[in-house]
Amino acid sequence: MEWLGHYNYWVVVVLMMVGFYIVIAQGNLVKKIVGLNIFQTSVFIFFISLAKLDGGTAPVYIEGVTEYSNPLPHVLILTAIVVGVALTAMGLALVVRVHELYGSIEEDEIHEQDGKH
Amino acid sequence: MDLLIQHLPALQVVLPMLAAPIVMLMARSPRMAWATTTLVTWLTLGVSILLAQQIFVHGTISYHMGGWAPPVGIEYFVDSANIFVLLIISLMGAISMPFARRSVEQEVANEKHGLFYAAFLLANCGLLGIAITGDAFNIFVFFEISALASYALIAMGRDRRAVMSSYQYLVMGTIGTTFLLIGIGFLYIMTGTLNLADLAQRLPEVNDTRTVRAAFAFIAVGISLKLALFPLHLWLPNAYTYAPSMVTVFLSATATKVAIYVLLRFIFSVFGFELSFTELNMEYVLMPLALLGILIPSIVAIFQTNIKRMLAYSSVAQIGYMILGVSFASALGLMASVVHLFNHAVTKAALFMALACVIYRVGGVSLDRMAGIGKQMPWTMAAFVVAGLSLIGVPLTVGFVTKWHLLLAALEGGLWPVALFLLGTSLLATIYIWKVVEAAYLKEPDADRAVVREAPPSLLVPTWALTLLCIYFGIQTSLPLDMAGRAAETLLGGYL
Repeated sequence: MEWLGHYNYWVVVVLMMVGFYIVIAQGNLVKKIVGLNIFQTSVFIFFISLAKLDGGTAPVYIEGVTEYSNPLPHVLILTAIVVGVALTAMGLALVVRVHELYGSIEEDEIHEQDGKH
Repeated sequence: MDLLIQHLPALQVVLPMLAAPIVMLMARSPRMAWATTTLVTWLTLGVSILLAQQIFVHGTISYHMGGWAPPVGIEYFVDSANIFVLLIISLMGAISMPFARRSVEQEVANEKHGLFYAAFLLANCGLLGIAITGDAFNIFVFFEISALASYALIAMGRDRRAVMSSYQYLVMGTIGTTFLLIGIGFLYIMTGTLNLADLAQRLPEVNDTRTVRAAFAFIAVGISLKLALFPLHLWLPNAYTYAPSMVTVFLSATATKVAIYVLLRFIFSVFGFELSFTELNMEYVLMPLALLGILIPSIVAIFQTNIKRMLAYSSVAQIGYMILGVSFASALGLMASVVHLFNHAVTKAALFMALACVIYRVGGVSLDRMAGIGKQMPWTMAAFVVAGLSLIGVPLTVGFVTKWHLLLAALEGGLWPVALFLLGTSLLATIYIWKVVEAAYLKEPDADRAVVREAPPSLLVPTWALTLLCIYFGIQTSLPLDMAGRAAETLLGGYL
């Protein structure tokens, strides 16, 4: 049962596919953004779990502790989360504009209004 | 002065970044926002030129952000490969800003000008940052900075479809950059470093692992989404069509070019020629995609009635030419690709500027609306025709320089069917450019359309400046070819 030991990566893969599927399959613009968020979050979890050391503590100096988790991926992901928040805000702002202009946030209805596929 | 020279790599990115919030505060006076932005873009161009001078005298520059030495600290480096890209971005920024004033005044609501120029500066800053940084994670962050700013810029188009195409670009762009992030994560697991030069040194030891290959796949696909490689180009035609004219000019000249540079950097310098071409045979993936990417969008372009959309599809085809050069996996092919980054930037920007002039006077660029425009706007249409010839690849224009080197590279590799294909697809470009020429010069304008005047000089001068560059570098080929040759050499040499 070696693959059970990598359960954190399985979680990442499942979340990633769920998010990706929502982005592709959903016609609702807000739900697409939710999917995008889940997709991005899976990558955040991936980075954080690869930094974790079994038995390691937080990278703070404590007497008698020699093993620390790697802090760098956490810092990177902090940046990536900020980027993700900005993207979500931007996406939702665009959805608000779309709703103002078309009166709908369903992709098929919007395309119908513009008179193409 | 010494201090200034020393910090040029940081200034290149920081200048537009710091100017952006200041410009945003000038929302009340659009004129001042525009003037400040123009000044900053010209200063950025100055910095690029000084940097180019520096590296030709002293060789590669490595700048340590905040004094922290790489691989721990973040490194900005400038070598013969990315100085070429930096020059393209800052040159296009500097030429499109004088053009922007009249065009933006007409197409964007007055109270949004401050925000518009701030977003433009941020897009500029992001693109320059992608090109100059030597840190893999930084590339991701700058990709997002430029992308977020471009979404805002595209959404400011007059047509309501602009908002929808911006949304689609956001979804696809985010998937692309997230893939890039996953790939960078894989590389970090295997090597424990994010510095590109350091990665290149440590990767050969672990080349045989599945993780590195997965990283390669994620990074290649992620960047291909950003550079609109066929069939991942679906965001591009709408985004270019509905964006304000000035945004189309700038993005078509820079955004995809920078993404191509990053792809080249990764497959040649970081993963290395050995892994990319000898073991993974990237050419078997890139060449069919490039060939289809030239053929199909060119055919689609022929059937478009909106000229802006037609040129957007033609951009996808031109990206195909750049990738085709890479797929030859030879020094000559790579050089043709790199020189086409510049040639296509100049050509396509000139074409979109000519269209922007038409939009300024006529209000739209469908084929019917452009009927007879050649007599009423002779200068604009003359620029369009010259730049169009360059797009087709007629001798004495920059387009020919690329096609010629691509042909040579194809023949050198013994791929004569590809050489024939290149000649054949040039005919497709001839057809769609001819459609515009025919409408503009041979058809009579609609009786009910008011007679339009020639575009104002502030729009015509930048358009012709770019058009003349198309011809100048088509005759005086040594400068871009020399720079592209050095860039190709640097990329092939990897990090030494």
